[in-house]
Amino acid sequence: METDLLGIVATFILTILLAWPLGKYISAIYTGAPHWSDKIFGGIERLFYKIGGINPKLEMTWQESLKALLSINLIWFLFAMFILMNQGWLPWNPDHNPSMSPDLAFNTAVSFLVNCNLQHYSGETGMSYLGQITCLMFLQFVTAATGMAACAVVFKAMREQTSQKLGNFYTYFIQSNTRILLPLALVVAGLLLFEGVPMNIEGKANIHTLEGNAVQVARGPAAAMVAIKQLGTNGGGFFGANSSHPLENPTYWSNAIESISIILIPIAMVFALGFYLNRKKLALVIFGVMTVGFLALIAPALYFEWQGNPAIDHLGVTQTLGNMEGKETRFGTTLSTYWAIITTVTSNGSVNAMHDSLMPLTGMSALLGMMINALYGGVGVGFLNFYVFIIIAVFIAGLMVGRTPELFGKKIEAREMKIATLIALLHPFLILLGTGIATYVAHQKPDIGWLNNPGFHGFSEMLYEYTSSAANNGSGFEGLGDNTPFWNISTGIVLILSRYIPIIGPVAIAGILAKKKHIPSGAGTLQLDTLTFGILMFAVILILVALAFFPALTLGPLAEHFSLK
Amino acid sequence: MLLSQHSIDNMKTTSNALFTQKMVKEALSAAFSKLSPKQMYHNPVMFTVEIGTVVMFLVSIYSISQPDQGSFVYNAIVFFVLFLTLLFANFAEAIAEARGKAQAESLRKTREETPAKLLKNDQIQSVSSSSLTKGDLFICEAGDIIPSDGEIIEGLATIDESAITGESAPVIREAGGDKSSVTGGTKVLSDKIKVRVTTQPGESFLDKMIALVEGASRQKSPNEIALTILLAGFTLIFIIVCVSLKPFADYANTPITIAAYISLFVCLIPTTIGGLLSAIGIAGMDRALRANVITKSGKAVETAGDIDVLLLDKTGTITIGNRKATHFYPAPNQKTEDFVEAVVLSSLVDETPEGKSVIELASQIGYTIPKLPMEAKAIPFTAETRASGVDLGNISIRKGAMDSIKNWVEKAGNSFPEEVVERTKSIASNGGTPLVVAQNQQVLGIIELQDIIKTGIQERFERLRKMGVKTVMVTGDNPLTAKYIAQKAGVDDFIAEAKPEDKMNYIKAEQASGKLVAMMGDGTNDAPALAQADVGVAMNSGTAAAKEASNMVDLDNDPTKLIEIVEIGKQLLMTRGTLTTFSIANDVAKYFAIVPALFVASIPALQSLNIMRLHSPESAILSAVIFNAIIIPILIPLALRGVKYRPIGASALLQRNLIVYGLGGVIVPFIGIKLLDMLVSVWF
Repeated sequence: METDLLGIVATFILTILLAWPLGKYISAIYTGAPHWSDKIFGGIERLFYKIGGINPKLEMTWQESLKALLSINLIWFLFAMFILMNQGWLPWNPDHNPSMSPDLAFNTAVSFLVNCNLQHYSGETGMSYLGQITCLMFLQFVTAATGMAACAVVFKAMREQTSQKLGNFYTYFIQSNTRILLPLALVVAGLLLFEGVPMNIEGKANIHTLEGNAVQVARGPAAAMVAIKQLGTNGGGFFGANSSHPLENPTYWSNAIESISIILIPIAMVFALGFYLNRKKLALVIFGVMTVGFLALIAPALYFEWQGNPAIDHLGVTQTLGNMEGKETRFGTTLSTYWAIITTVTSNGSVNAMHDSLMPLTGMSALLGMMINALYGGVGVGFLNFYVFIIIAVFIAGLMVGRTPELFGKKIEAREMKIATLIALLHPFLILLGTGIATYVAHQKPDIGWLNNPGFHGFSEMLYEYTSSAANNGSGFEGLGDNTPFWNISTGIVLILSRYIPIIGPVAIAGILAKKKHIPSGAGTLQLDTLTFGILMFAVILILVALAFFPALTLGPLAEHFSLK
Repeated sequence: MLLSQHSIDNMKTTSNALFTQKMVKEALSAAFSKLSPKQMYHNPVMFTVEIGTVVMFLVSIYSISQPDQGSFVYNAIVFFVLFLTLLFANFAEAIAEARGKAQAESLRKTREETPAKLLKNDQIQSVSSSSLTKGDLFICEAGDIIPSDGEIIEGLATIDESAITGESAPVIREAGGDKSSVTGGTKVLSDKIKVRVTTQPGESFLDKMIALVEGASRQKSPNEIALTILLAGFTLIFIIVCVSLKPFADYANTPITIAAYISLFVCLIPTTIGGLLSAIGIAGMDRALRANVITKSGKAVETAGDIDVLLLDKTGTITIGNRKATHFYPAPNQKTEDFVEAVVLSSLVDETPEGKSVIELASQIGYTIPKLPMEAKAIPFTAETRASGVDLGNISIRKGAMDSIKNWVEKAGNSFPEEVVERTKSIASNGGTPLVVAQNQQVLGIIELQDIIKTGIQERFERLRKMGVKTVMVTGDNPLTAKYIAQKAGVDDFIAEAKPEDKMNYIKAEQASGKLVAMMGDGTNDAPALAQADVGVAMNSGTAAAKEASNMVDLDNDPTKLIEIVEIGKQLLMTRGTLTTFSIANDVAKYFAIVPALFVASIPALQSLNIMRLHSPESAILSAVIFNAIIIPILIPLALRGVKYRPIGASALLQRNLIVYGLGGVIVPFIGIKLLDMLVSVWF
């Protein structure tokens, strides 16, 4: 366990070391000043601009940016629906997998469109290679780039003194793809190839085992998809079993590479903010707040996984390896717990172990990561969520020092508070409402067949499902029988609302603030890059989340934990 | 004098004690009348509490006959505590209003019915002061109480303004100039003045202020609205939490009583700040009034807290009163007697304090002051010519700033002596003001005027600097003098040789760079700049135009008052912020009291969450709601007095307030609820 602990500490430190220069690079790209990468990527980008009829120099307002964002999303949705419903007869389908039914196609298209990747199908039997690559993998790139581009708009708005024009959304979007996601995905996919992740277009392999059985082994262009599913905080795996599948995540090293990929860009986006605004100290304070939150989640999780399950102790079985239920033996408790937390604090959702089998309080850490949804968070959108917390913290802090609250010289007034409050409300609203309806139904019709584990754990499963949907995470407590119209539709609604509203809100706030008159900072201005403000931000996040979810967590993981004997 | 003595005493009692018995009585009855849903509706947090209270009332009645919602006594107590919570919140608002009203009343008392000598068609009629309307003229003689606010249009008088300012030294008010304003209720001590009424009855600043405090015309300031939105957001979150808890509890087979739901909800929503919010706003205006500043809106007080730049007139603010003549320097080849004679002649028509000080200095050095010849024609000072003087037949004498006199002299083709230039420079660089005197375009000499900087003013500017406020001295002096005084007094910047439009331009330039500017002024000249400034404070002695253009009026005519106003503004925001933090931090302990209490009966394992070891579910819930109710009256004094502002820098201030109100807000209710539980557990 000590070696494994050293392993995850080293992985985490390595991630930070990689994220710093990456952040600098991302900042340089969004700044739009001439850059060495122009020579490499400029040509292909000009081609895209030409095809799309985009004038990359034309700056857009925040409303125009959002219109652009929403309209391209709608087109992708229609495109994805077409491919998923027709992949059976379209080419590149060596295993002759069928087209999807309309409702499954809808669910899949939406969940990939919102960067969530809730998968109600199994890749091996449910998708053609054409569908995997041109539809799902395509969406994994563009939805990640959508979040990053929205974040770039907010960065730009924070930097401007007084301006309506916040850069060209399409430029941010295309460059996020060409200059950040594609090159990184190539590197990660290459590394995974060396570890044994397959990358071919052949159908299932027929293998005769030593026992003489014939086994069909699914393969395909997996390495490419695994790379972007991690880098873009998508989480949707090539195979049904996601990163616990031996061909998606074969070794300790592939696990380390994927672990790094999961939080690399989310952390780099925070550093990018520091470089972009030339406020590195502020970025470090924000990173510090996120990291303290992250450590506060992972520490108890590791503790409880190492302790193992007291019920098994009572059976007289020793648990020197910790709680191994639902874990891959090649990863063990430590690596799986680390993964469980990084995949939930970012809105990734890929898994290398069964989250349903986590100890109750480890499950609570995973839940809390998604309830906060801003400790690093999804690519781009993680910072957007954090931005709302900053607004609320700045408002309270401003009052406490006797000055009308201001963020970087822009007064925060009723309109911005209205939007920020609404966004902060939306997340608990969707989670609690969804879980409330589900528990109501489960209580009224106990034989409905959703819950394999009634009681507190069943409650946690339902809570987890909506939390995962609202956080656009996509992981699940898989014990829940969730492939029913009720769950497909209700989580689908939650997915759409909780993707677009938390993008629209922060972009709108930033846009409104950017338009306001800039007040130069003086001796009375509250500096945000201080430990004190960091503590306040942390307290705001903690209190908002704790207050909204404490009763729910009490009835789920806490009740289960205290009942474990 | 008796009347004014009485009101001073009255003011003292109201400013020292937080509230008197009479105020409490008034506030108590108002606390009940404010229960009307029409009024409660404006405060979303407390309105939801009112709904909860009504529901609990019905539940109490229901529980008389049905036992499934808990005992009648328990439900009735919960109802009673919630009702108290409402009353406490209303009481907070009412007592703030009562205090403000009492303060305003004590000012208004001085202007109760007094006889007025109305001047109509050159006839004096005695009428009641309340019948005076705007534009009427009246006469006041020694011993009269001035019946209404007005402007002196003829004459000069010494006036006792102690009734409104508390300052016993009489002041001089005279027609013309910037000290022509008189206030109703003050008393003429000597001489006779003719006054034009400037306000309609019931529309004076004081009347407006009283209306503001009473809530009749009180509008929520932008910051208050933003905070209300945040608090409404918190309320909504807890509505969602409590509503969703119902199916959760059903699923867990845990029956929860309505009393428990409502208690949980009321405890979680920010009732503390919700209940005190309007009291804090009113108290802010009240504190301004206590500082003898009448504000026209709550917003102005708030804005004052954000001020970045403060424009202060040199005279009276930084330096004591007026400059005094200290030396006469005759020009080369000019006889001292001729020079002094010309100086005296030109100053006899000059009513300004500087002019008078010249005469004083002349008589001190043994010069006999002559009578002013009949044919003398005064040439008044204007900001444009920056010179004044007298014409006596074909003799014309001018005195003024060097460049203006030099202009005058050189236009006639005469030379301007180099020695005079040198002398003016040396006077100016020592903080003095040189006045050059010329007769018929010939330079006669220089008068040196000196300023005396007020003691203690440096410290006040230092305090402002620590608050982040930049101070700018405005003066008509030449740049050298201005610089000397600016350095000596410790202001950050100065505007020398200021013409009225210079102030205006300076304000506009600062505002264009996003700064908020405050200024104080009294003259009609100042009116545009006062209107342009984000916070304009007019002196009560100032002209009606200046008072109209500003958003505050200082009854004490104390130019350093702006410093206090800035602090009052900051206090207002800080009190809101700290109590919001405190209120929300309280929720942690309340959760740990109520949530285990809700579930422990059906899920005994959750006893581990009962970290306060509260006696029983009923005692836990009651302790939490009682704590939630009594914290409001406990915090009323803080809400009224305001959180103390310390100029220690924003980060240090945040740190301090986070520890006191954030950390304190987490810890205090744990202790409070535990103590209450020990008491309540005797019965439940």
